[in-house]
Amino acid sequence: MTGVILSALASHWRRSPLQLLTLLLGLALATALWSGVQAINAEARASYASAAGTLGEGQFAQIMASDGSPLPQQTYTALRRAGWLVSPVIEGRFGPVQIVGLEPLTAPGGLGPVSVDGGGDLAAFLSGSGQIFARADTLARLPDTGVPGVVAPDVAPDTAITDIGLAQRLLDRPGQIDRMVVLPDQPVTRRPLAEVAPGLRLAAPQDGGDVAQLTDSFHLNLTAFGLLSFAVGLFIVHGAIGLAFEQRRAMVRTLRALGAPLQRLILVMAVELAVLALVAGTIGVALGYVIAAALLPDVAATLRGLYGAEVSGQMTLRPTWWLSGLAIALVGTAVAASGALWSLARMPLLGGAHPRAFSMSHRHRGKSLLALALLLAAAAMAVWGKGLMAGFVMLGALLIGGALTLPPLLTLLLASAEKRAKAPVTQWFWADTRQQVPGLSLALMALMLAMAANVGVSTMVSSFRLTFVGFLDQRLASELYVRVEDPAQAAAIIAAAADHADAVLPLLSADLEIAGRQAEILGVRDHATYRDNWQFLRASPDVWDRLAEGDGVLVNEQMYRRAGLDLGADVALGQGVSLPVLGIYGDYGNPAGQVIVTEDLFRSLFPDVIPQQFGLRVDPDQVTTLRDRLRDEAGVPVSAMIDQAAVKAASLAIFERTFTVTTALNVLTLAIAGFAILMSLLTLAGMRLPQLAPVWALGLTRRRLAALDLLRTLLLAALTGAVALLLGLALAWALLAVVNVEAFGWRLPMYLFPLDYLRLGLLALLAAAVAALWPAWRLSRTPPAQLLGVFRNER
Amino acid sequence: MNARIVAALLLLPMAAQSQGFAGLGTEAQDFARPVPERALEFPADHGPHPDYRIEWWYLTANMTGPDGTSYGLQWTLFRSALAPRDGEGWETPQLWMGHAAVTTPEAHHVAERLARGGVGQAGVQADPFLAWIDNWAMEGPDFDNLRLTASGSDFAYDVELRAAGPLVRHGQDGYSVKSAAGQASYYYSQPFFELSGTLTLPAGDVPVTGAAWLDREWSSQPLAEDQQGWDWFSLSFDSGDKLMGFVLRGSTDYTSATLIAADGQATALADGEFAANPLEWHNVAERQVPTTWQVSLPAEGVDVTVTALNPDAWMQTSVPYWEGPVTVTGSHNGVGYLEMTGYD
Amino acid sequence: MLLSLRDVIKTYPASSAAVLRGVSLDLGRGEMLALTGESGSGKSTLLHLIGGLDTADEGVVAVDGIDLTPLDDAGRAAIRRGKVGVIFQQFNLIPSLTVAANIAFQARLASRHDKERDEGLIDRLGLREHLHKYPEQLSGGQQQRVAIARTLAPQPDLVLADEPTGNLDEATADTVLTVLQDLVAQTGAGLILVTHSQRLAARLPRRLHLQGGRLA
Repeated sequence: MTGVILSALASHWRRSPLQLLTLLLGLALATALWSGVQAINAEARASYASAAGTLGEGQFAQIMASDGSPLPQQTYTALRRAGWLVSPVIEGRFGPVQIVGLEPLTAPGGLGPVSVDGGGDLAAFLSGSGQIFARADTLARLPDTGVPGVVAPDVAPDTAITDIGLAQRLLDRPGQIDRMVVLPDQPVTRRPLAEVAPGLRLAAPQDGGDVAQLTDSFHLNLTAFGLLSFAVGLFIVHGAIGLAFEQRRAMVRTLRALGAPLQRLILVMAVELAVLALVAGTIGVALGYVIAAALLPDVAATLRGLYGAEVSGQMTLRPTWWLSGLAIALVGTAVAASGALWSLARMPLLGGAHPRAFSMSHRHRGKSLLALALLLAAAAMAVWGKGLMAGFVMLGALLIGGALTLPPLLTLLLASAEKRAKAPVTQWFWADTRQQVPGLSLALMALMLAMAANVGVSTMVSSFRLTFVGFLDQRLASELYVRVEDPAQAAAIIAAAADHADAVLPLLSADLEIAGRQAEILGVRDHATYRDNWQFLRASPDVWDRLAEGDGVLVNEQMYRRAGLDLGADVALGQGVSLPVLGIYGDYGNPAGQVIVTEDLFRSLFPDVIPQQFGLRVDPDQVTTLRDRLRDEAGVPVSAMIDQAAVKAASLAIFERTFTVTTALNVLTLAIAGFAILMSLLTLAGMRLPQLAPVWALGLTRRRLAALDLLRTLLLAALTGAVALLLGLALAWALLAVVNVEAFGWRLPMYLFPLDYLRLGLLALLAAAVAALWPAWRLSRTPPAQLLGVFRNER
Repeated sequence: MNARIVAALLLLPMAAQSQGFAGLGTEAQDFARPVPERALEFPADHGPHPDYRIEWWYLTANMTGPDGTSYGLQWTLFRSALAPRDGEGWETPQLWMGHAAVTTPEAHHVAERLARGGVGQAGVQADPFLAWIDNWAMEGPDFDNLRLTASGSDFAYDVELRAAGPLVRHGQDGYSVKSAAGQASYYYSQPFFELSGTLTLPAGDVPVTGAAWLDREWSSQPLAEDQQGWDWFSLSFDSGDKLMGFVLRGSTDYTSATLIAADGQATALADGEFAANPLEWHNVAERQVPTTWQVSLPAEGVDVTVTALNPDAWMQTSVPYWEGPVTVTGSHNGVGYLEMTGYD
Repeated sequence: MLLSLRDVIKTYPASSAAVLRGVSLDLGRGEMLALTGESGSGKSTLLHLIGGLDTADEGVVAVDGIDLTPLDDAGRAAIRRGKVGVIFQQFNLIPSLTVAANIAFQARLASRHDKERDEGLIDRLGLREHLHKYPEQLSGGQQQRVAIARTLAPQPDLVLADEPTGNLDEATADTVLTVLQDLVAQTGAGLILVTHSQRLAARLPRRLHLQGGRLA
């Protein structure tokens, strides 16, 4: 009996292959979207990890010469033999590439090329001909050394990692090292550092949290995008499955009347769906794989991140990836189908067998109430919610509530337009459009979610980018930054830089307790560097002039929020000095409060503090020369210098990749939504004949009807787009101002990008137009006999 | 670099094909092979033999504190060569690994050190004797008078060793056969060290006295390919007699033993004469390891039960194994050390 | 007795008055009965109860000695498959199956498919040239003939026809009813024909009129 039922159910697909295609494609695309975003997330994570390796160096304590000069290798041996667990590092420029030499047997975990255990000859790394690990582009730039290169995407840009012995040879510095990494776990007996080797300095690990926290924040937002895209996919699946069920309600009823038991029917349909989900899931995972591979510029990095350690360009889809993709397809199908199956189970055997989705107006009321409740809940979460979970719940409530609001909102808008219409055709147009809303609502909701997700995510990404670049401009305004250890080195740097740098800006800092909280106080020299680059969240007029006069201080956002120090509030700096706040600046990623005063004021408050960092202004072309000079003449280790342009370039490169990915995903989600519209329109087309035939009979040409149909779809898409823009902005706001604040304690400013939204809107209209074109064309070609048949066959 | 990589690095000359425990069953390739005719020469043979792939200076000690508490101590320096040559600087293919441990009835403290030869971080010289890695050392004017130091993140020791007897050559004058197929090593011991010194434990310093046993062994392929591990016993009986015996577990077990009289007279025992059978198994580091044994040497009237002082004496190092002090009861009473490898 | 109704009462939640207020009826094998009544007199409801498509509130509905009321959905489905065949006014063909597949469908569902019997029905109903068409390509009279063939193919003991000619013109209706009567007579099954047409009812030997929920 099962076979007979199955063959009847399956015959439906044979007769309506387009519907089968909708269902499979809908499911496959949703799975692909999910898998692709997962892949991209993994890629983003890898990018940030390598960027963090470049930007936030120094998670371990280090030992180096007090004057920053190179150390003899014997010092390393002496320290080891005195019990110190240290590992030597040498670094230097080799052509355009920074070579870092490590000693793998003693280096702490996590340092060095992660893929050493994956591929390559380990014996070769240690001795013999050696090996050099770097990104593919870096290897390409590396002068020929005769040493085999190994592609390692996780190594920071323009950096090559190799064994210390080989590095000494390449840099022509035999027997020398630059510094030593100190392992966290040291033995109980150890001779004091000064006794073993005088003239060494132990530098505590840098917390380097700035960039790491920023990228964490961005990664969190990407994860949110993953969730959003899954929600879009789920809507599409829901739509496709809903259609497939609605279309077969009559058949199910007939089957039951002929004696097929309900339980068996539902079971067979569930199995049928599961099989379809597996087929579609398989296609989807493969598609996602293609998406990921096509979207990501650095395919090797993704593959490594996603599929394991095979670096050599060989793709191996990991079974877990398949499993998770298929599981998502199955779970998505189950979630989307449970409602349909449930209503099928409750469907009375007798009574009207008309498809239900197209007469669902009576259910609007309940859905409107649910939507309202969800939106209220989202608002309540925004105001009173605490914690990251609340942030995500709010995001979900906003999304679903927003989607459910769409159909009643559209109905309302169209009804009011209908009331205002004078001409009969216009009036009919509005009324008929309103009648189409229930049938198209799922597709329109999908379109809206897709657009809202796009608006939300591109706003978030672009806002983040502006903030981050602004932050870098502000914090890294000088071309070169140099850390200093003592007055002698400071003097040496000033001397070495005097003739070559346009300006040498000392950065003074000290710890201070302000308003009962530990804070950092910075002393800066009055210079165009700051005036030109710093942006304020809020500032009084002439802020820099007044600061230079010593009339006040600047505080960071954290200080302002936590200590409540608004503009004009007095800040007690100790020694009886108390000055008003002149400006508040964003300080992303810094957990601590910060106050900025003039250099003069700082020196009078802290006469003993010497500058720990210098910002050097120099022609960008001269940066390399200046670096080399500082290294050679002032003995500044390369690791103590930060090249602003390189840091910025690395950060921007990361963003460019993210943008490529985001744009491609935008197009993809819109395409899927457009596809959903097409399928809905095709399904509606048959049912619309009885609605259109009377109008046709009254004198509207088929061409005119088709044109009106096209217009109708565009109008609905435009209205949907308008609502989606609002929802998308709300989403972006939630991501930047709620989720981020809950996760990291500071708010990212939200910028608006009207041109982007316009382009997105046009893209959505295009998608809708493309989707509506074919059904309209078919309508214009409907044979008159078929339209007449409506009257004849009416029962 | 994580531990896994380091383990691979250290074992890589052998691990590439990974035969036998820790690759010790890998073919010897260009490395020198032990031969029966070569007589051991001292003090030169106390030093390293870079032409051979693997070598160790392996000291274990049974000690007691002032309150009678038993302690065990281990100090091992392994040498592993990537290629059969020596050299200066980072390019040398000689790698070194140190293991140090202190075992109490309640705790087992372990530390590991890795180093490359050629830069002075680790090495061995024969005369005056010095074996070191980082700040761990076994050092003295000669091989009979040594000072032994090591420290980890939660323990340290500093003890003096005085030899009270002669060196003992195992097998055929120091040529020790390890399998029926003829795999062999050079193997001699100094089992007569008297020990005194201080253990530094989390609870404080403990003065200790006791006896130590130093093993010296080098080879290029000491195991046959099918031998997966061994159980090695060094037992000191109250009578003054000592017994070194091991079982190499393979498709067929291979046993070898040396019975050492109190005056240092050694009797080599052929395959099959020595027998060791597990009596109790213990779960440590997510695996089952036998920590109580029945050890017998019927020809010499030895039939004893060997029990671990602390069954959790697992060495969680790059190459993990079990190594700890034992007590001996039965036909003979005494103390000793047990080493078990290849229990995965 | 093929069919036996005793004091059947049926009320729908939506309406206050009972649709059926104590209907009793017996039908033997080979007997043909026309059931007439005004719209809303309850004749379709009665047919649904007999066909196991719905359940009575009170009373006994027994087909071939089996009381349908206590059966669960699967049990009633088994009765529909095995003993009763229903011909609907709306034909209720499966749109995605061909005429041939539709005819064979219920017999296959009941595991009583006999190809020769199908052939006989196809010829008797004049459907041979339409076998490979889909229902939407047929006229109303042709569709109802397919429905008749589908219902009779598994050789039900009792055939229920609910306004089977309601959607057909008079001439077609007459032909269809003639064929139905002939075929039912051949199989020896019982037939209940529900119709509001006195003209058609007159063609059957036994007639009952339903009024106000009771048989008159």
